[in-house]
Amino acid sequence: MSNTHVFRAERLVSGYDHKTIIHGIDLEIPQNKISVIIGANGSGKSTLLKTMAKLIKPTEGDVTLDGKAINKYPPKELARMLGLLPQSPVVPDGITVADLVGRGRFPHQSLFSGWSKQDYEAVEEAMAFMNITAFANHDIDELSGGQRQRVWIAMALAQQTDILLLDEPTTFLDITYQVEILDLLTNLNRRYGTTIVMVLHDINLSARYADHIFAVKEGKLIAEGKPTEVLTSDLVKTVFDLNCVVIPDPISDTPLVIPKGRYHVKDGDN
Amino acid sequence: MIKLKNNQYNSKKKKLDLHVPKYFPLILTIGFILLIVTIIASLVLGARVVSFQELMDGLFYQNQDSYGANVVQKRISRTIFSLCCGVALGVAGVLMQTVTRNPLADPSILGVNTGAALFVVVGISFFNITTASQYIWLALIGAAVTAVFVFGIGSMGRGGATPIKLVLAGAATTAALSSLVTAIMIPSQYAMDQFRYWQVGSVGSGSWDSILLFIPFLLMGVLIAFVSAPALNALALGDDVASGLGVRPGVLRVFAICAGVILCGVTTALAGPIGFIGLLATHAMRLVIGPDLRFLIPMSALAGAIILTISDVFGRLLGSPGELEVGIVTAFIGAPILILLAKRSKVRSL
Amino acid sequence: MRNQTVESNFIVKGMRQRRRRWIFVTSLLSILVVILCGGMLLLGNTIYPVDVVIRTLMGEDIAGANFAINTIRLPRMITGLFAGFAFGVAGYIFQTMLRNPLANPNILGITSGSSVAAVFCIIVLHTSNTVVSIAAVVGGLITVIVMYLLSRGRSFSIGRLIIIGIGMQAMLDAVISYLILKSAQQDIAVALRWLSGSLNGSKMSEVLPLILIVVVFTPILLALGKQLNMLELGEQMATSLGIATDKLRITLIVSAVFIIAIATATTGPIAFVSFLAGPIANRLVGASASNILPAGLVGANLVLFADLIGQFAFEYRFPVGVITGLLGAPYLIYLLIRMNRKGEL
Repeated sequence: MSNTHVFRAERLVSGYDHKTIIHGIDLEIPQNKISVIIGANGSGKSTLLKTMAKLIKPTEGDVTLDGKAINKYPPKELARMLGLLPQSPVVPDGITVADLVGRGRFPHQSLFSGWSKQDYEAVEEAMAFMNITAFANHDIDELSGGQRQRVWIAMALAQQTDILLLDEPTTFLDITYQVEILDLLTNLNRRYGTTIVMVLHDINLSARYADHIFAVKEGKLIAEGKPTEVLTSDLVKTVFDLNCVVIPDPISDTPLVIPKGRYHVKDGDN
Repeated sequence: MIKLKNNQYNSKKKKLDLHVPKYFPLILTIGFILLIVTIIASLVLGARVVSFQELMDGLFYQNQDSYGANVVQKRISRTIFSLCCGVALGVAGVLMQTVTRNPLADPSILGVNTGAALFVVVGISFFNITTASQYIWLALIGAAVTAVFVFGIGSMGRGGATPIKLVLAGAATTAALSSLVTAIMIPSQYAMDQFRYWQVGSVGSGSWDSILLFIPFLLMGVLIAFVSAPALNALALGDDVASGLGVRPGVLRVFAICAGVILCGVTTALAGPIGFIGLLATHAMRLVIGPDLRFLIPMSALAGAIILTISDVFGRLLGSPGELEVGIVTAFIGAPILILLAKRSKVRSL
Repeated sequence: MRNQTVESNFIVKGMRQRRRRWIFVTSLLSILVVILCGGMLLLGNTIYPVDVVIRTLMGEDIAGANFAINTIRLPRMITGLFAGFAFGVAGYIFQTMLRNPLANPNILGITSGSSVAAVFCIIVLHTSNTVVSIAAVVGGLITVIVMYLLSRGRSFSIGRLIIIGIGMQAMLDAVISYLILKSAQQDIAVALRWLSGSLNGSKMSEVLPLILIVVVFTPILLALGKQLNMLELGEQMATSLGIATDKLRITLIVSAVFIIAIATATTGPIAFVSFLAGPIANRLVGASASNILPAGLVGANLVLFADLIGQFAFEYRFPVGVITGLLGAPYLIYLLIRMNRKGEL
């Protein structure tokens, strides 16, 4: 399975209130790939993702899907193609896991329509995929942080979009769960060909899991491409203002960034 | 060289902080001038504006037949009464805000007034209590019980008594108590008619009798406030620091809250619920002279007296030929201040 | 593979079960409303037999019964039914939209805004019922707009909104107290309704605007129920699920203000119904579907039940608002204690 959506940002300028954060970005999201946006705090990476998810209205330029600006689509139609998992979604009181995942079906249902067979199947499939079927009838409050995050992703899966945007899906999670979540997202990409775009904090996990990297600094796109091609010590110096060496990751052969601090540096290495 | 100068400056500033706030004499003078202007305005202005001659006649008890002189004499007791209420509410406001470390702690917001009201209504309806001297005590007990209750609820859970928790506990308690008040009142036409007037705070009923009743409580409350001011300053630095400085936070809190409750309970019993004075006076004065309670308490007393009396004068002018009760005027001046405080404070501290 | 099917069945079964519970509880609440409505018609100074009540309602002229039932009890019952429903629905919408059980139209000062406008029209201008209703709606809407303008800022905080609401309420209540204070002795009974809410003296002619507004807006709100549930997941999630959040919010607020203002104009602010109905409905039904309808039914039940208690349980007849106040206040305090303990404030 694969999708052929062309998802692009064109001369994008956006920000909050009167403060411009994104200063003219042109990019095209590679189809059926995992793309990761990296950048320092305040670089505008999250703003870029939010603008692409229609959460922020661009002040200039457009975000287009198949050649049409995303805010020109009827909201529900767009929601069937483009999904977003925000950084901190709100859990309603007293809701069960299955019902929460079921809310992802909203864009596929009409005003008074009941639940179709497809709706149920989508929920079942999403929950099986994220390995949370056992909790189906539990209250969300009973779950741990890692389990909750899986529930949220399952909800986004039930939405069955071809493109899925995630805003720092691994923040606040232990390293074990970070790897677990990223593995599950990779599964999703491999099995369904879902185009995934996410913001990640951890540059080494980004390098390992991304097919494509967008490096953002001060609201501008600095570099993009395969991690092995673009992720160099020069780029890290530019984007994060950090001295480092980049070596091949012993596990995956992707670039591994080793930061140089001021201390604990072996003699003669500086 | 420059460093030295800086040091000198710093030590000088520190010294000033420890003693008298900047411009304090000036502010005090302005305060007293305002007070005098307020008193004169309160004597002269109203539904009937009196002439200078009438004012003099009234003040020195001459020419008793003159209508104007009589008006002035009525206004004398009213003015003194309203000054007393203002002092009481101003001081009560500082005490409550300091003890709870909470900028929104005002008797009216905390439901203390309604607590006093409930006990008074119970007294009127069930125990045939009719004289003010009797229901002062009821109001005091009501105010104290409510204060303890609201603080109890508001300080549960993480973070202690945060402003939002206290305000909500106060609002909830007020709602609960007013239902009770209405339930008790409705069967009694008499109590209902009485209460209709009492429910809007007013200083119009201030007579020499009520002033005499007021004075002992006022003195007691203000005295406690003054005496505990230095210790309360220490408490403002946190319980641990205060303990280190030899203050016993628990005892001090009880004392200060008692004083606050006495002051606003008695005021409520005699004048009805008058809101926001504590909030207004304290915040205005803190802006001008800073947080040192040894100065803030007397200045808030002064500011409370001025604000309440001026509000009463405005009420008389606006409501002419009748009057607009002072409780309504203060709600209109005070509520915007509450909103402003809510707008300005950071989300975290709410 | 077989294991998978078993598991799947178990998900769907759970979801269907919760939906059935929704239907079951909602039907139960409806039946309860019907029973209470019957009680409102049957009970009174004279207790008429059921067949007399039915015949009277069908239009037969039975001496005595006709007046008592058609002129006094029926309007009272209908007013209670629709006002309770309106309070319940509006309260639920605000609580769900702002994701806080404390954020109901009472605390936010909206009810007070409607009350001020209505009291002013009744006591000062002596206008007709229609004008009172319109004024109440306008008053409520103005309050909402002012609240919105005041709470706008760098960051939205529900705590700030509530404190601003309490401030607004203090001002508006001062105006109400003043108007009541200055009212003529004969207006006091009417005026007191604005302190505690009451069904006394309900007339068929007065309840018509209420019925009209509730009948018009309830379907709109029910249709938006599913979207409201999405809004519960947060602004960003809702947007990504295909909801035009700004438009939805405005529609919800305006509709909710309309129905609560009109209910307030008819009965006065019946304390705590708008606050209690939503949480009770959620507790009874769970969070599987939109609980707008159950919340409305709980509201109607509360008002009718409290009015029956107020009329017949004591020596003296209490207005319904006093009873709901006495019932609701302990719950509010309990809720506060629980929220404080859990650190939700």
